[in-house]
Amino acid sequence: MSNTIKEREPLFSAKNIKLLKNPINLDNPISVQVLGICSALAVTVQLKPAIVMALSVTIVTAFSNLIISSVRNTIPSRIRIIVQLVVVATLVIIVDQVLKAYMYDVSKKLSVFVGLIITNCILMGRLEAFAMAQKPWPSFLDGIGNGLGYGVILITVGFLRELFGSGKLYGYSVIPEAAFKAGYVNNGMMILPPMALILIGVIIWLQRSKNRELIDKS
Amino acid sequence: MHSNKYILVYSTIMVVLVAVSLTFVAVGLKPMQDDNIRIEKMQNILSSVRIIVPPKEAIATYQKYITEVMVINKDGKKVDGVDGFTVDMAVELKKPAGEQNLPVFIATLDDGKKYSIVPVRGKGLWGPIWGYVSFTDDFNTIYGVTYDHKGETPGLGAEINTDWFENPFQGKQVFDEQGGFTSVRVEKGGAKPGDIHAVDAISGGTITSKGLEEMLKNCLANYEVYLKNKGTI
Repeated sequence: MSNTIKEREPLFSAKNIKLLKNPINLDNPISVQVLGICSALAVTVQLKPAIVMALSVTIVTAFSNLIISSVRNTIPSRIRIIVQLVVVATLVIIVDQVLKAYMYDVSKKLSVFVGLIITNCILMGRLEAFAMAQKPWPSFLDGIGNGLGYGVILITVGFLRELFGSGKLYGYSVIPEAAFKAGYVNNGMMILPPMALILIGVIIWLQRSKNRELIDKS
Repeated sequence: MHSNKYILVYSTIMVVLVAVSLTFVAVGLKPMQDDNIRIEKMQNILSSVRIIVPPKEAIATYQKYITEVMVINKDGKKVDGVDGFTVDMAVELKKPAGEQNLPVFIATLDDGKKYSIVPVRGKGLWGPIWGYVSFTDDFNTIYGVTYDHKGETPGLGAEINTDWFENPFQGKQVFDEQGGFTSVRVEKGGAKPGDIHAVDAISGGTITSKGLEEMLKNCLANYEVYLKNKGTI
């Protein structure tokens, strides 16, 4: 009886929604698991590359999770990491090629970081920890959730860095000329990588002060 | 536990599947990627004559302003049968001096004057740097430049593609009063005010600055005869 109920589990059951929502806040890959920091520092100078990078990672985590989970029972355990890497690498190359064809300017800004999605710890982490043991649909949701969790941080940091570093958002000037005439200057520090680290630090601080359970008891 | 045979067959099938799908994607998207590279080249050529256009307008604007593309050799003689737009400077610069195909792009701007645009290419600190230099109709004064790089250090060498570095090249001259070829120097510590043969180097980007100076000297020297003949071929 319980089996039949399980099989009829709705696509967006409470459990599945949790898979989608948890990585965005309580189990965020960047701010809680502290994975994928490298690219978060490098591609967040402007909002547009940050958004494209977030989407790319979401697509790759979702579909690699889906593919690996669908074939998880056939993968020989001795070469499972290789199989995972091949799937991830294939998806990343496809994303890279599509960006080069349709979003050339963004693809130039992201340069090597699209290729480096292959080595992003979030991906391998999710494949090993989740997709290898779960059904395709929850794995797919878990991938989307983790991609979005990564993306939320990236876009927040990109938003702040572009706004205060260049006075623009998505390439459009948002700070009025009058402010510059009145003595406002862009913060050059925002454009440099260390500021991304500081901003992520601030985000982690804010998040933990709101969610006390995230604070390490040790 | 899977057998070795299973693992071998499994990985073979996986590799074949992946290879086929990647080939489809790569071949299918290739025309669009090539277009993007061509459009970027057009944008770069136009930006050396101070025309900045978004990618969508690049082809139309290029056809409007770039009225002639030719290929010459080091002696300033025209080389026939080569498309100047597709000449790859990275390949040409490896050839012996006399055999290089040197493209010249002639831009006729709204003021009715003709400007000669020549490509330059050299080495920065980490990799290649390249660009385009345009001359006014006295074939001596630089009208504008545009540079780009593969992977110079952000904030230091990578500054060569920013306006503050490129704009001071405007109005500089590559021949001295006696008509000797001087190129444009990139001076560490700053060019003297009023020096028409030098610009400021980049602090912290010395090797890129030096590489850029070398690039201008080597590549513009190839066009010395062309420039001295005032563009007559």
